Amino acid sequence: MNSEALLDLSDGEIEIVLNDLVEVHGYDFMNYSRASLKRRINRLVANDKFLSFAEFRYRLRNDDVYFKRFVEEITVNVTEMFRDTQFYRTLREEILPVLATSPLVRIWHAGCSTGEEVYSMAILLQEAQLLHKSLLYATDINPAVLEKVRAGIFPMNQMKRYSENYILSGGKNDFSSYYIAQYNAAKFDEQLGKKIILANHNLVSDSSFNEFQLILCRNVMIYFDKELQERALKLFDDSLEPLGFLALGSKETLKFSSISHKYRQVANKEKIWRKIK
Amino acid sequence: MAPFDIIVIGGSAGSLAMVLQILPHLKTDMQVSVILVFHRRSSEDTTLIELLSHRTEFEVKEVDEKDPIRPHVIYIAPADYHVLIEKDHTLSLDVSEKVNFCRPSIDVTFESAADIYGKSLMCILLSGANADGVRGLKAARDKGGFIVVQDPASAEVSYMPQQATEQLPVDLLLHDNNMDVLMDCLRSGRG
Ligand SMILES: C[S@@+](CC[C@H](N)C(=O)[O-])C[C@H]1O[C@@H](n2cnc3c(N)ncnc32)[C@H](O)[C@@H]1O
Repeated sequence: MNSEALLDLSDGEIEIVLNDLVEVHGYDFMNYSRASLKRRINRLVANDKFLSFAEFRYRLRNDDVYFKRFVEEITVNVTEMFRDTQFYRTLREEILPVLATSPLVRIWHAGCSTGEEVYSMAILLQEAQLLHKSLLYATDINPAVLEKVRAGIFPMNQMKRYSENYILSGGKNDFSSYYIAQYNAAKFDEQLGKKIILANHNLVSDSSFNEFQLILCRNVMIYFDKELQERALKLFDDSLEPLGFLALGSKETLKFSSISHKYRQVANKEKIWRKIK
Repeated sequence: MAPFDIIVIGGSAGSLAMVLQILPHLKTDMQVSVILVFHRRSSEDTTLIELLSHRTEFEVKEVDEKDPIRPHVIYIAPADYHVLIEKDHTLSLDVSEKVNFCRPSIDVTFESAADIYGKSLMCILLSGANADGVRGLKAARDKGGFIVVQDPASAEVSYMPQQATEQLPVDLLLHDNNMDVLMDCLRSGRG
């Protein structure tokens, strides 16, 4: 296979690309984990069959449509409904009962990707009879995924798995009652989508825009270096009400950050922290 | 030749037995770290870590994101995450698309380790039923890494190591009776 031996950008060339992105497009990926970024960029360069670094660089600098494609391909948008079923069980059993006492429940999904996590949350809220008084803010850096959240349509071939996840997370209903099957797509109930507010928001450069009782940012900061993680965590801290909750991905932690002393982990095995100061 | 800094072991169906044979030979006078990329179902199952801990003087832990790579530690790839290595010798996790239908993928970690460790990397590919690992071995080889493959004849499931032996030169074929050669290579840097 000839195509395998194609272009492989060096660390120096990656650096140049990242500089261009800041300079030309105002997008800063400098503080992303390099190993993953390099792998994604090289994958893109191979898929799009660039023959030289110069050609790739020129295209990325001058073609806005291609830059859009770059952002879509470089960000990792893999997601799932009810991923980590135990986590959702904890939300259901320990966190939502606390939120229930608020007149208005504000939740922020930072780095929501195509929305599977947001719809999972909407289902939990509906089952806890909280959806009518909730607002789910769903934000991401990649505009293409936000369109998908808006549509609320997910691949049909995932539904068996999601239904199993749902039951393991403590769901008692018939999962298929939440969507209508249309060929190979599952269109989720519009009632669930009504409380979702979408926005383009970049954790690298944007600031706090509201106060929340619960913020979820799962498997987003694994792509950030320590410095950028610290920025994002400060942003979350600024955006959380006293006694609010912050939920991270199953392999992420607050432990080594400068805000950690203000938080207490709620259920030891799940990555949920409560703001106590 | 300098001894190796890191061993990355990739294994799938039928590879546990060989891992259990290798581990007791790792001694704390070797300044080496180990990453184990195993295709498995769920991270909630901690029995693997317990099982391995009983066989080695090294610490065994599942990778948390940004873990620094320290000698005398065996890092296990968590289910559903790829493991990559950064220049500052910390570990990164990644939930991107499956590679060869696998997450964690052996290819991903081999390639990343090759990029960072070059000649001081030893890759070991064990028994398994899919094509994961071969591409990564090629990358490791290109960067001067040392390539060990389980002898397909002695592997419980021969497909994965067979693919490797057919597609690239291998520095050492590992079977049940040459563990001492492997350890020699580890100490001296080369066979
Ligand atoms: C792996 S997905 C996680 C989706 C979901 N939270 C989950 O856990 O299933 C990571 C998401 O983070 C988004 N992301 C990456 N960098 C970001 C940034 N600087 N600001 C906001 N979102 C970002 C990506 O576009 C992607 O959709």
